[in-house]
Amino acid sequence: MSIQIEHLSYAYRLPSGEKVEALKEITCTIATGDFVGIMGPTGSGKTTLLQLIAGLRRPTGGRIRLNGKDINAHGYNRNLLRQMVGVVFQEPENQLFATTVEKDVAFGLKYSGLSRPEITARVQWALETMGFDFEKIRNQSPLALSGGEKRRVAIAGVLATKPQILLFDEPIAGLDPYSRQHFLHFVTKINQAGTTIIMVSHNMEALAEYTRHLLVLAQGRLIDSGPTREVFIRLKQKHSGAFGQTEAQKITTLLAKNKLVLPAAVVTYDDLLSALKQELAGGGPG
Amino acid sequence: MLIEGKNICFTYEVGGSSFALQEVDIDIAPGEFVVILGANGSGKSTLVRHFNALLTLQRGELKVARIDVRNEQDVWLLRRLCGMVFQNPDHQFVSSVVEEDIAFGLENYKVPRDVIPERVRSALALVEMNGYEKRSPHTLSGGQKQRVVLAGVLALEPEIIIFDEATAMLDPTGRQEVIKIMQKLHRAGKTIIAITHYVEEAVAADKVILMHQGRVLACGRPQAILTNLELMQVAELIPPLPVRLYYDLQQAGIQLNRCPLTNEELAEAICQFRSNT
Ligand SMILES: Nc1ncnc2c1ncn2[C@@H]1O[C@H](COP(=O)(O)OP(=O)(O)OP(=O)(O)O)[C@@H](O)[C@H]1O
Ligand SMILES: Nc1ncnc2c1ncn2[C@@H]1O[C@H](COP(=O)(O)OP(=O)(O)OP(=O)(O)O)[C@@H](O)[C@H]1O
Ligand SMILES: [Mg+2]
Ligand SMILES: [Mg+2]
Repeated sequence: MSIQIEHLSYAYRLPSGEKVEALKEITCTIATGDFVGIMGPTGSGKTTLLQLIAGLRRPTGGRIRLNGKDINAHGYNRNLLRQMVGVVFQEPENQLFATTVEKDVAFGLKYSGLSRPEITARVQWALETMGFDFEKIRNQSPLALSGGEKRRVAIAGVLATKPQILLFDEPIAGLDPYSRQHFLHFVTKINQAGTTIIMVSHNMEALAEYTRHLLVLAQGRLIDSGPTREVFIRLKQKHSGAFGQTEAQKITTLLAKNKLVLPAAVVTYDDLLSALKQELAGGGPG
Repeated sequence: MLIEGKNICFTYEVGGSSFALQEVDIDIAPGEFVVILGANGSGKSTLVRHFNALLTLQRGELKVARIDVRNEQDVWLLRRLCGMVFQNPDHQFVSSVVEEDIAFGLENYKVPRDVIPERVRSALALVEMNGYEKRSPHTLSGGQKQRVVLAGVLALEPEIIIFDEATAMLDPTGRQEVIKIMQKLHRAGKTIIAITHYVEEAVAADKVILMHQGRVLACGRPQAILTNLELMQVAELIPPLPVRLYYDLQQAGIQLNRCPLTNEELAEAICQFRSNT
């Protein structure tokens, strides 16, 4: 399921007739089974890009190919696209509507051809994956949950359909630290089992530690892309971290001001810890 | 005390046995900057929704600016006193034009008509959303919506401002800006109550309240709470990076002279360690 994005552009039209160019000439390829992060300031076009990949909007320029086929071409099987690509939106709690959590999560499986017990098993798996006690949560109303709990139910609903490509728009916003880690570990696991993951996030730590490739958007343009670590190092050098820097990178900058220069490759917490151990063990240089 | 609560208990299922809040005591002084931390479902939103009587007090006592929150005739006064930025921006728009949305709140609170445009303008400028006055909130990106919601509350100039995960959808720069706005309001004497899952945002607070399963697990200075590994673990939270690094270095036999809370303090402690050895 490789995704080829070619000269992709998208402009919204406001009721006033004015145009908002949300994406401008984006070109890149996402390989099957990759874990790709998308980073970019507020309003840079991240959500728009995910909506285009999911086929929810038609490009105003360029094209998107899934395994070589243009998903917006006449006669392309949209139902197939919907089965292959799952999306968790930025405010997924707005999508909850069923009377119980179990029904809500099962909704996407309605036309899956699975039997009732299979559906129940799948729903249980998805909810447990998101850290819930199935028996406790299944009959609750999705509206009677806290903000973070709603979000986790909404994610479970998309996981349950087991799509081959999963798009996440800010999935960890609103999750507490344990749920965040739990979620990221789980996503890594399904990625290793073959699912392609594309994750939009403002959380630099999550992007640095979990994604393999990174796309960086700014004002609708793709300003950088490549292996995650390389992109973080480049962003720090080229833009002095204006677009995104991990906490570890910020600390290396502070240390460099005090004449303690750590390797440029320090991006994650573990990098920082081992670089410091090396530097400080045995009493350091002096 | 500006906010004084005793033995607050709350359940969403009337007659039910599961409590969203249990025997919560809370004291917030005027002008204090308070950060509330806690896992999903620990009761943070439920607690703050009592302060402006969005939820009805079921048991215990709660006074805000000496007003008993149970006095129904004072609800409007409480709402005016206590502005609240909610978790989900989509549920907070009343108009389909950004500037009207903000003006609506002001009209509602009987702010004189002639000052409204200026108040709207300066609130949008504060969150760097000028230029979006005529847009419909529903055509904005997630972070842009969150900024507009924030502007709507700031324009009302409430004495107490509650931020319920108001930075969740913002990019790192935007988050930094909102924190600066909070600090500015704090310096101007406002009382700030912020709920967040970004533990780093708690280091500058006057007071941190840790919630766990509907109870206040601990309450105190950031230094005392955030560097206490056991406490953080019970609350199912992860300490700020400098604290984790301090303890991980300690395990490796590297003992910094004190446990830092901020990146700056960490850099300083590391440099001190180097010059001492
Ligand atoms: N329905 C819409 N109509 C008109 N303009 C829109 C619409 N949705 C988004 N936009 C505009 O398109 C641009 C890109 O928006 P998008 O939602 O893709 O940003 P984003 O990168 O996801 O931002 P955030 O991090 O804040 O969620 C923004 O300038 C936004 O105002
Ligand atoms: N409208 C509601 N009806 C019934 N139960 C609710 C409702 N809202 C919240 N709860 C329950 O009350 C408890 C506390 O929820 P609350 O929203 O206060 O948590 P929170 O600390 O704000 O969590 P989060 O970080 O996820 O926002 C949770 O167990 C939740 O499931
Ligand atoms: Mg977005
Ligand atoms: Mg909440």
